[in-house]
Amino acid sequence: MHNTRRQLMQRSAALAGLLGGLGLLPTAAQAAWNATAFDAKTPAEVFKALGAAAPTPSNAVTITGPDIAENGAVVPVGAATTLLGAKRLMILVEKNPNTLSAIFELSDAVEANFSTRVKMGQSSNVMVVAVTADDKLVYAQKEIKVTLGGCGG
Amino acid sequence: MSDPMRIRAQLAGDKATVRVLMAHEMETGLRKDAAGKTIAAWFIQEVNATLNGKPVFSAQWGASVAKNPYLQFALKGAKLGDKVGIQWTDNRGEKRSDEALIIAAA
Repeated sequence: MHNTRRQLMQRSAALAGLLGGLGLLPTAAQAAWNATAFDAKTPAEVFKALGAAAPTPSNAVTITGPDIAENGAVVPVGAATTLLGAKRLMILVEKNPNTLSAIFELSDAVEANFSTRVKMGQSSNVMVVAVTADDKLVYAQKEIKVTLGGCGG
Repeated sequence: MSDPMRIRAQLAGDKATVRVLMAHEMETGLRKDAAGKTIAAWFIQEVNATLNGKPVFSAQWGASVAKNPYLQFALKGAKLGDKVGIQWTDNRGEKRSDEALIIAAA
């Protein structure tokens, strides 16, 4: 039973990746891990992979994090929005080899406020992007300086 | 098999703050070992959270989430003794799920 479920998950993930790559899949249907978006090298590629237009700055989105992170391997980042009915929150590190760090799919039962820790290869702008109820993208960003990179060998 | 997650869920008012520490390498696939060979990527891709068995949110992660990932979120309309469940799946298809009861904030 586990095997079949796993195979199914893998197959649907592969299919979703394929469709996402072709731009055929509407954003709302992307339940499986979005390989195209996570492989993207720049924020512009991420938004393209998600089939969304470039985001606009917004005061309703907040990013929290240190001004200077001594250790790029563990950088605390908080993502929040006060927008009612927001569907998703995303964390992007602009200069990382793969820009997109995390996507949180929101619901009525959870506050639109998440904290986690990310790795940063070098000093970079970090963006929090929210997907609004009408599928628009809005963002806030903050520059975090890194004194010791977290992605090197 | 991976180590259990550490989950703490504390209630304040009708809001439960949940803090989770997962035990995972979160290897990016970009690092090289001493012999110069690339270390294969190994990281958590999907996280699902439930309250009393009902899904409350899901997340997709890339390899740039830090090693032994920390996650904090808040659940609305939670009560003492409610059960918070977290499940993750990594890119090798390994899964782990753990549960914790909501307790009063200290």
